[in-house]
Amino acid sequence: MTTQPEARPRLTPAPPEVSWLGMPPFPEAVKTELRRSQQRKNLAHATHTIRGKRALRASEVDNWEELRTAAENIKDRVGRHLDEYLLQAEAAMQAAGVTVHWARDAADATRIVTDIARAKGVDEVVKIKSMATQEIDLNEALEEAGIAAWETDLAELIVQLGHDLPSHILVPAIHRNRTEVRDIFAEEMGRYGTPAPEGMTDDPTELTDAARAHLREKFLRAKMAVSGGNFIVAETGTLVIVESEGNGRMCLTLPETLVSVVGIEKLLPTLEDLEVFLKLLPRSSTGERMNPYTSLWTGVREGDGPQDLHVVLLDNGRSRVLSDPVGRAALRCIRCSACLNICPVYERAGGHAYGSPYPGPIGAILNPQLRGLDSPVDKALPFASSLCGACNEVCPVKIPFTDILVHLRHKVVEKKTEKHPTGEQALMKTTGRVMSAGKNLEKVQLASRGAGLVFKNKWLGPMPIPLASRWLQARDVEAPPTQTFREWWDKEHRPSAAPGETAGGQGSATEEER
Amino acid sequence: MSARDEVMARVREALQDVPDGERAEDVTVAWSYGRPLATGAPGSAEVVDDFVEKVEDYGAVVVRVPSGGVETALREALAALDARKVVLPDGLDPAWVSAVAGAGVETFTDDPVLSHQELNGIDTVVTTAAVGMADSGTIALDHSAGQGRRALTLLPDKHLCVVRTSQVVSDVPEGIAVLAPAIRSRQPVTWLSGGSATSDIELSRVEGVHGPRTLYVVLVED
Repeated sequence: MTTQPEARPRLTPAPPEVSWLGMPPFPEAVKTELRRSQQRKNLAHATHTIRGKRALRASEVDNWEELRTAAENIKDRVGRHLDEYLLQAEAAMQAAGVTVHWARDAADATRIVTDIARAKGVDEVVKIKSMATQEIDLNEALEEAGIAAWETDLAELIVQLGHDLPSHILVPAIHRNRTEVRDIFAEEMGRYGTPAPEGMTDDPTELTDAARAHLREKFLRAKMAVSGGNFIVAETGTLVIVESEGNGRMCLTLPETLVSVVGIEKLLPTLEDLEVFLKLLPRSSTGERMNPYTSLWTGVREGDGPQDLHVVLLDNGRSRVLSDPVGRAALRCIRCSACLNICPVYERAGGHAYGSPYPGPIGAILNPQLRGLDSPVDKALPFASSLCGACNEVCPVKIPFTDILVHLRHKVVEKKTEKHPTGEQALMKTTGRVMSAGKNLEKVQLASRGAGLVFKNKWLGPMPIPLASRWLQARDVEAPPTQTFREWWDKEHRPSAAPGETAGGQGSATEEER
Repeated sequence: MSARDEVMARVREALQDVPDGERAEDVTVAWSYGRPLATGAPGSAEVVDDFVEKVEDYGAVVVRVPSGGVETALREALAALDARKVVLPDGLDPAWVSAVAGAGVETFTDDPVLSHQELNGIDTVVTTAAVGMADSGTIALDHSAGQGRRALTLLPDKHLCVVRTSQVVSDVPEGIAVLAPAIRSRQPVTWLSGGSATSDIELSRVEGVHGPRTLYVVLVED
């Protein structure tokens, strides 16, 4: 990559040259991804391990199905009355001392976060792993504004230092193995802070210790943190973040300013609703009875944690998803990633082929709805599934994935054909005309019988017939019959019937001449 | 139009299929809240045993002591943890404070407020808790007296936590019910299920990342 001489050197590791926007549609991207044998090995191991743990933890809960139904109901209640809950949440957060911002799209949201950082005079922020900020590509927007965004989740750190893109919602570096991680840490850590220790092996404990040391200095000096949010309780204005490593608690506790970018669909009506989701989420996600740390905060607490709290309520296509009564069930998603881990397509293709931070079955239904069906990438995504339905079964909020996929496929076809009817459509139209009346069918059959006479029961091998030639390369096909069903019927049942005025009648005569 | 008005307008537009008269409560939620598990009432033997099993399953240490046995247990715990510098939040039982002070460790209070750098140099914190949830092996802090502000239980590497058996409930729904008044009065709440951990590298679990790497629970009969 050539750098312009006047360009300012980057503050954080550069993402790959081909980022999400430059990616080809799934059917094309998958060809490259499937050739990465190490990645396929890593993914098969990882997805099989997590799906086994999920199944075990779900089986420990007697009323698991009842919990799933409750979660579905609660999310539907929120979705159908989102306008009321948004106003309630805004008022509750403001009353607790939180500054609430609204963002129509990614540009709004990144501008709001950048403006807060500039107003605070900071040149770096520490980040908690967040799907919403991945979606809006916040890190690059901050980088352009001269503000370094440091990922602090271990897997996000691996992705960032590796000049890479996340490939899984929960374990973004799932496509990397320990040796690759060791090489990335040894090569890159020293450029951006505390280096990896000399002679570090690829033992995960040593790698984790290196990350702890690298990040601790950043936590202790950071003046501002950026997070997402798992839930906002509308009644109280409480934000909830679940995590494992403690990097979240560091970001939520130590800096003076905290900005949380949260999708408008993340609301829950009451505190008590948390009891359903905090049972479902960890068991579905990491396959643990509970994740190590959950933080709940309700506005500013004097002398404890950040004294300047901001929440950015992000639309960025969510209202578009909501407007489709079938597709809106996708907004129930709590980002557990159980659908990815069970998916036979994801397991082989990996996350990057989906062209978005949301891969797997949830990506296949969410991206085309969030972004619309305009790009080739989004048009292809509803087809990136075998419709096996395993995702429907594991989803803790009972999203009907396959129903939505079929619904979106229908929309894609409608959109594709609204201006330019395809050959397939013309063929179907012609077939429709042929099949609409017996006479029409008989005329066509006359043609096929003619072909039958030409080939005289000879099997058809490869031959240069347009369209059919490629199909015939691999298959032999019997010659068309010289007699149609109707002719056979007439012969068997009405032997005395005089040849009528129909083509079929004439056909019988021909048959008898043979 | 402001971003707020525009988002609200889009949301209302998107919900045109929802009948005007429908209220949020009209969308049925098939769930009854706050139910305990069949294991029993808070503090019952079965619930407490379940709690101990689940907390230990995360790799945390649980020591059960009779009421009045906390001071001895704390001294033994500090020795077992090889604690050197111990921070004691406001509101701890004075008898515990003297027990810790007599254990040959350097003690700190958060008054005047300790800086993050100072806290980072302290290895151990001693706190009480708000509730224990047996089914998931979770301890929740509401950061009231005896539990300190959030940074106190975050930067030190070892967390020594005293939980009373009467505080242990069977499952998450009862736990939320216990915590609800504190949350409604805007206290921050932190749930701990074992020590910090990651499975980000090949899904192999590593205990101890950024939060306390060691959780040591003293469970007192009361």
